[in-house]
Amino acid sequence: MTTAQRLTLFLMMAPAILWLGVLIVLPHVEILILSFSERVAPRVYQFGFGNYLEFFTEPLYWRTFARTAIMSILVTAITLVLAFPIALYIARVAQGRVKAMLLLLCLLPFWVSELVRTLGWMMLLRETGIISYMLRMTGLADQPVELLYNDGAVILGLVYGGLLFMIVPLANALESLDPSVVEAGYDLGGSRWTVLRRIVVPHAMPGIVAGSIIVFMLTVGNFATPVLLGGKNGLWFTEQIYAQFITRFNWPQGAAFGMLLLLLSSAIVWAGLRLTRQGLGTTLRQA
Amino acid sequence: MASSNDLDIVRVTKQFGAHFAVNDVTFSVAPGEFFSILGPSGCGKTTLMRMIAGFENPTSGDIRIRDKSMIGVPANRRPVNMVFQSLALFPMMSVGENVAYGMTCRGVGRAEADERATRMLERVGLKGFGDRQVTALSGGQRQRVAIARCLVLEPTLVLLDEPLGALDLKLREHMKIELKQLQGTFNTTFAYITHDQSEALVMSDRIAVMNQGRFEQVGNPRELYHNPGTPFVASFVGETNRWQGAVSAGSNGAVTVRLPSGVSLHGQGQAVAGDALCFARPEAIALASDAAGLSALSNRFEGRVSAVLFDGANSSLLIDTPGFGQPVRAVLPQAGALAGINVGAPIHLGWSSDAMKVFAA
Ligand SMILES: Nc1ncnc2c1ncn2[C@@H]1O[C@H](COP(=O)(O)OP(=O)(O)O)[C@@H](O)[C@H]1O
Ligand SMILES: [Mg+2]
Repeated sequence: MTTAQRLTLFLMMAPAILWLGVLIVLPHVEILILSFSERVAPRVYQFGFGNYLEFFTEPLYWRTFARTAIMSILVTAITLVLAFPIALYIARVAQGRVKAMLLLLCLLPFWVSELVRTLGWMMLLRETGIISYMLRMTGLADQPVELLYNDGAVILGLVYGGLLFMIVPLANALESLDPSVVEAGYDLGGSRWTVLRRIVVPHAMPGIVAGSIIVFMLTVGNFATPVLLGGKNGLWFTEQIYAQFITRFNWPQGAAFGMLLLLLSSAIVWAGLRLTRQGLGTTLRQA
Repeated sequence: MASSNDLDIVRVTKQFGAHFAVNDVTFSVAPGEFFSILGPSGCGKTTLMRMIAGFENPTSGDIRIRDKSMIGVPANRRPVNMVFQSLALFPMMSVGENVAYGMTCRGVGRAEADERATRMLERVGLKGFGDRQVTALSGGQRQRVAIARCLVLEPTLVLLDEPLGALDLKLREHMKIELKQLQGTFNTTFAYITHDQSEALVMSDRIAVMNQGRFEQVGNPRELYHNPGTPFVASFVGETNRWQGAVSAGSNGAVTVRLPSGVSLHGQGQAVAGDALCFARPEAIALASDAAGLSALSNRFEGRVSAVLFDGANSSLLIDTPGFGQPVRAVLPQAGALAGINVGAPIHLGWSSDAMKVFAA
């Protein structure tokens, strides 16, 4: 490479490197450094792994993380099951304008901020909300029903927020499935279930993996939905990070939790990829 | 009424809106037969196939396989299998899994299905290809996988929708012969659709010529070629010269047609009056360097060579002949005395009245 070429390459890469550096690497390096500073006395810090050890020794922390991870996996699975038929319909049945309309319809909830969306759910689910009212009116309940502040409400809100991010990569993957391949599946004697299991799902696998990673990461890192819909029972790991940073003013501990969240959720994604025998490369190409 | 046919199509019609894709079609295919449906693109061939396979329902009419009506029977329960125009191999499966797929759907055990798939691949000349990805195969090999995948299920009838369309010319010539041999060794009934008349002529026991949703004529390749029943069949099957004129005299099948230029032609046909179309095959047109050699023929003309289309054994001449709008095409035998003829040379040409078919236009 000549110097001129090298310079051109550098100039072309510069925005991307700057973007990655300033917005992703720098804050994380800062957090990483911060997470290793242990508080030994008020306002006295020294290097150490204490913040990380704290996570494993205090059951509340790792249990909260385990709960967050398991709930997130559940949310991802529910989102996938709900999104699949919708994506299948959008990709294979809907034509032209109907298809565009349906995608827009999926996008619509994202017109308003997450906070407002979640507050909307609160309106519906609270004791004096519309669902409770309807249950009483139809005689299915004889007193106001509190539907908020339980795991169900949290899962509902998170699935709702994740649906779009599952539908789009799924519909994308399903769109490229040749209709005659599906017909050949039936023609050779396959039932609907066989065709779905052996042809449609394997074809959509890159989309399934891409969508699942996005939804899982968004869910694990969500804050507003579990706090608002789960209340005291939310017990989301991000709340712990928030508490360390804001309530306890223990930034190093919060930083360590932040790093742990990143590492552990990445490990879960990696395990998921291994389990489904999907390469990250093919997944990224699909997403 | 019991039928000994593998397939009976009875007055089948398929409408898309106001458009008749298939219009009142009736035919039967006997066991072991290689039956082709030949027609131009868009004439309804695929629609007809898809109705037999079970992907479309006929608007009216009946489809019977081994004398059992298939109306209302879903595609996965019909004893027919289809080789798709795009082949439609399963890209998510290996070659062996593609072939074993249908058997596992029918409840055959994994081990037995694999073994039968391996044997089938051997029979179609793909020994040892079982573990390959289908994307790693050549066009001809993919073709064979698509056929093996159907044949392994021992269906009553195999439907093939222009399976050679995607291959290059050389391979297509080769696959034509291979397909015919395969059908012979497996003794399976084939229903084959194509827009390529040479494919149909080479492979078929019987051919149906289809045009705009209707069958024009059903017959064996020789019948269609030598005794076309309609002007469409005459022009679609094989090369031919075509002239339009008006009947000037006709009786007992012998017809005289006067072209706009005043030239009179003598041919065979049922047309008795009005406009007429005349067809004569290039190989039926005799060539000679002097008039004496053609004295026995009822149509005799003199012209000048306007082009020599050299193509080995298929070489032909275009001859500018006074009285004919377009040059007359004639086969040029490469063994004859005229083999070395050049553009511009004068030439005598003629054909018998038997060699020219006349239809009312
Ligand atoms: N699903 C459909 N809806 C509307 N029209 C169709 C449909 N399928 C085929 N057609 C029409 O029917 C005619 C025959 O099509 P097809 O059977 O595919 O022809 P071929 O296979 O002979 O080329 C075409 O004019 C096509 O546009
Ligand atoms: Mg077609």
